[in-house]
Amino acid sequence: MHCPKCRGVMRTYTRSGVHIEQCDSCRGIFLDYGELEALSQMEAQYRAAPPPAGAPGWGAPAPSVHHHHHGGHHRPHHGSVFNMLFST
Amino acid sequence: MQTETVQPGLFARLAEIGRGSARAGASPQTLYDRHGVLVVRVGDVVVKAHQADRDHGAPFLERVRLAGTLPDLVLGPLGRPLTVDGRTVTVSAYGEPVSPNLELPWEEGARLLAALHVRGVPADAPSWGRPARVARLVSKLGDGPAEDAVRRAFATLPAWIRGEGDEPGGREQRLIHGDWHLGQMVRMQDGHWRLIDIEDMGRGDPAWDLARPAALYSAGVLHPDEWERFLGAYREAGGPAVPAQGDPWAGLDVPARSLAIQIAATCVISAGKDDRPLDGPEQAMIDACVRISAAGDAA
Repeated sequence: MHCPKCRGVMRTYTRSGVHIEQCDSCRGIFLDYGELEALSQMEAQYRAAPPPAGAPGWGAPAPSVHHHHHGGHHRPHHGSVFNMLFST
Repeated sequence: MQTETVQPGLFARLAEIGRGSARAGASPQTLYDRHGVLVVRVGDVVVKAHQADRDHGAPFLERVRLAGTLPDLVLGPLGRPLTVDGRTVTVSAYGEPVSPNLELPWEEGARLLAALHVRGVPADAPSWGRPARVARLVSKLGDGPAEDAVRRAFATLPAWIRGEGDEPGGREQRLIHGDWHLGQMVRMQDGHWRLIDIEDMGRGDPAWDLARPAALYSAGVLHPDEWERFLGAYREAGGPAVPAQGDPWAGLDVPARSLAIQIAATCVISAGKDDRPLDGPEQAMIDACVRISAAGDAA
C-alpha cells in the first residue's frame, strides 16, 4: 500500500489491537474505518483510570476528612480517636 | 482511668505476684482494667490477668514459646503462665507505653511489624486464625440507622470473614502480631520498642497488621501524613504485606474494610452504652461504612 499523500510505502503497526498504517517517508498515519473511535475510546478509559495508590475505592473524599488536629509537632490524641488508635 | 474490676481480690493477688518478681519494691499500680483484663505494675514488672473467656490452652502456650524466640521484637511473658482464681496470669517486664500526647511512633511500629513479618515462620507456629472480632461486634449491634449502615458494609465482606467458610489460600503466610495498634508496643529502658500482647500472634496474612491505620486513614480519621509515615517506614524496612512501590490497596482493601467496620461497630456500641450521640470521628467511621456498601463487594 502506498501513501495517499506522498506515494511513499506504508507500513502496518498494531497497537493495542488497532492496526495503524504509517508512511515511511512523510510519517503520516492512515486509520481504517472505526479505528479513530477505537483509539478515542482507549484514551478515555486511560484518562478515567483512578489515580494510583491514594486510597481504596471507599476512601474518604479529601474535603470531608475528620482530622482532629492540624500542624504542630505534637498532636495529642484523646477521646474517641485515642480508643481507635490505642485499643482493640 | 475507667475501672471495672469485678474481683477485688484479684488486684491483691496480682500485686503479690508482682512483688515476688520485681527486682525492687514499689507500690502496685493498675495500668489497665477494662474488657475483663486487669494489668498491675509493680516496679519493673507487670502482671496481667487475661480475659476469662479466651482460650489459654495449648495455642497460648505455643505463642508464649514463640515470643521467647523473638526477644528483640516481642516482649513476652517471663516464664510459664500461672492460674489465679481460675484466670490465666502472666508476668512480663515493664515497658513504657506510647504517649498519646507526643509525636506517635508510627515509624517504630512499622519497623517492628516489618521485622516480624520477614522472620522465618517456625514449623510449629500457631495459626493466627481468622479475624473474628468484626463478626462478633456486628452481631451485638441493636437497631438504628448507624447500626444498619455498619451491617450493610459488613455484608460486603468475604464470607470467610463473616464467619462462613474457610479462609482462601493465596496470600503468603508470615508471622504476624494479629491485633496491632499503638497500644500494642512499649519502649524498654534501653530505648528500643517491643510488641506486646501475644494472644493473636501466629501465622497469617501480614496485611492484617496494617489494617487498623489503613482503615482510619481511609475513613479520614488518621491524617494522611501519619499514614504515609507508617506505610513509608514499613516499605523502607522491607515489609512484605504491600508491594515495595505503587498501589498498596490490592492486599490492604479487605483488611482495612474489616477494621473500618469493626471500629465503627465498636463506636456505635460504646456511644449506645454511654447514651450519647456519635462524635465527629465516630461518625466518620459510619460514613466510611456507607461508602463501603456503595463500593460493593470486596472480593
